[in-house]
Amino acid sequence: MTAPLQFKDVTLGYDRHPAVHHLSGEIAPGALLAVVGPNGAGKSTLFRGIVGILKPLAGAIMTGGLDSRDIAYLPQSVDVDRSFPISVYDFVGTGLWRSTGFFGGMGNGASDRIARALAAVGLNGFENRAIGTLSGGQMQRMLFARVLLQDARLIVLDEPFNAIDARTSVDLIALVRRWHAEKRTVLAALHDMDVVRANFPQTLLLARGPVAWGSTSEVLTAENLLEARQMCEAFDESAGACAVDDLPSRAA
Amino acid sequence: MTYGAMIYDALITPFLEFEFMRRALAAAVALALGGAPIGVFLMLRRMSLVGDAMAHAILPGAAIGFLLSGLNLFAMTTGGLIAGFAVAILAGVVSRSTGLKEDASLATFYLVSLALGVTIVSMKGTNIDLLHVLFGNILAMDDATLLVIASNATITLIVLAVIYRPLVIESVDPVFLRTVSRAGAPSHLAFLALVVVNLVNGFQALGTLLAVGLMILPAGIARFWSRDITAMICIAVASAVVSGYAGLVLSFQTKVPSGPAIILVAAVLYVGSVLFGSVGGLFRQMFPGRHLEA
Repeated sequence: MTAPLQFKDVTLGYDRHPAVHHLSGEIAPGALLAVVGPNGAGKSTLFRGIVGILKPLAGAIMTGGLDSRDIAYLPQSVDVDRSFPISVYDFVGTGLWRSTGFFGGMGNGASDRIARALAAVGLNGFENRAIGTLSGGQMQRMLFARVLLQDARLIVLDEPFNAIDARTSVDLIALVRRWHAEKRTVLAALHDMDVVRANFPQTLLLARGPVAWGSTSEVLTAENLLEARQMCEAFDESAGACAVDDLPSRAA
Repeated sequence: MTYGAMIYDALITPFLEFEFMRRALAAAVALALGGAPIGVFLMLRRMSLVGDAMAHAILPGAAIGFLLSGLNLFAMTTGGLIAGFAVAILAGVVSRSTGLKEDASLATFYLVSLALGVTIVSMKGTNIDLLHVLFGNILAMDDATLLVIASNATITLIVLAVIYRPLVIESVDPVFLRTVSRAGAPSHLAFLALVVVNLVNGFQALGTLLAVGLMILPAGIARFWSRDITAMICIAVASAVVSGYAGLVLSFQTKVPSGPAIILVAAVLYVGSVLFGSVGGLFRQMFPGRHLEA
């Protein structure tokens, strides 16, 4: 990715109610950015906008020439039908969609890559297990293996370490760092501030609008966090149309 | 007469002696090849009852065909295809563009179609016509009808091969497919179209009410014998073929109507699978064996 990911006064939401309100700024290629904020701050909504499954109510998101195949997205509540009769191998293999597409075969190279991806997340020997037999942590490891295979320039992880034990988190964070070393852009919504401080150089603190955006140590101050926490979560059902044209914005 | 000859007489002779039995068998095999894989996907996508709803949706089209040209299978098939496609596509478009659940939007459309269909048939038809429409007649296949059924089965298998990958991914993780490809909606619509094609196919042999049986029952059977989708499809096709053959023999020997006979055989296989299936069968659950070491 050469061009940055840009937000141009973007407002995202549902039924005209904004969840992310007037966000402007840009994310440099190769950035490792944590998106932090209380529940309802718009983190997931922002990610859905970035990966293109939610259209902005106003403004625009420029992905800098990336098409949908260059973006890997791991949603917060993964909508996987765990009763579906598919093996771990086949499931992870769907991450190769970029190279196999609709109809392409999976050659020997592909099965090597799948095996390596499974090994990288510590799931060797799980190839033939049905996905319904995995534990929560194993499931998350499997989803990371698929992201690995997607070989995407932009990786978007929505609360990837929720309900994951410490050891699994450590393994998966190591993968995130590896992606950063490979110059991929990684965005992750997180709640654990220790994880953010230890691993993410940049942070966006979101509470509908951006509260602070920049290097992690400057963003995660007590005042900023308090300001974010005071965000009103409920929609105002009788809110009038928004007349604001531009708000002050920050760039990372 | 020896025992062996009796069995031969009961199971093989009807097909050697009567051409209509051979045609019926060919039709049953073609229906099994096309319908059973569709049934497996209907089941895995939790759309089993959608198939049933679609079967009713076909009725007004077939009834208009009947109104225009009497008991002409081509006219009724064409009408059924048009009505079925219209309902499938309208329901799909409404649910995808408004967020209304597909089953709710389909229920609306099929209820309207059903009311329309019954109205149209009762405007002109007799009770015998109605019986034919409702239960079909696999023993009355002419060459042209057989050819239509075989072509539809062929088309089904080819289209299914093309949309197989997106269809599987959309069933297991729809959000993932949406983020990597736009193939989700088109392949879903193509799948709904295949459902319609196979219902119309089954409609001629088994009638409106039972057409969906040769799709759903084999899928239910397969679910009790395998955890792998490829194996499931093979088992579903095999049990549909067996049901078709055994149903025809049963119908020939006992005068049970052919359509219900086929579905009843499938039902017996289904009950057997529920009881003794190796994946989640009741018997297996009651006597699971000692737990393993690891």
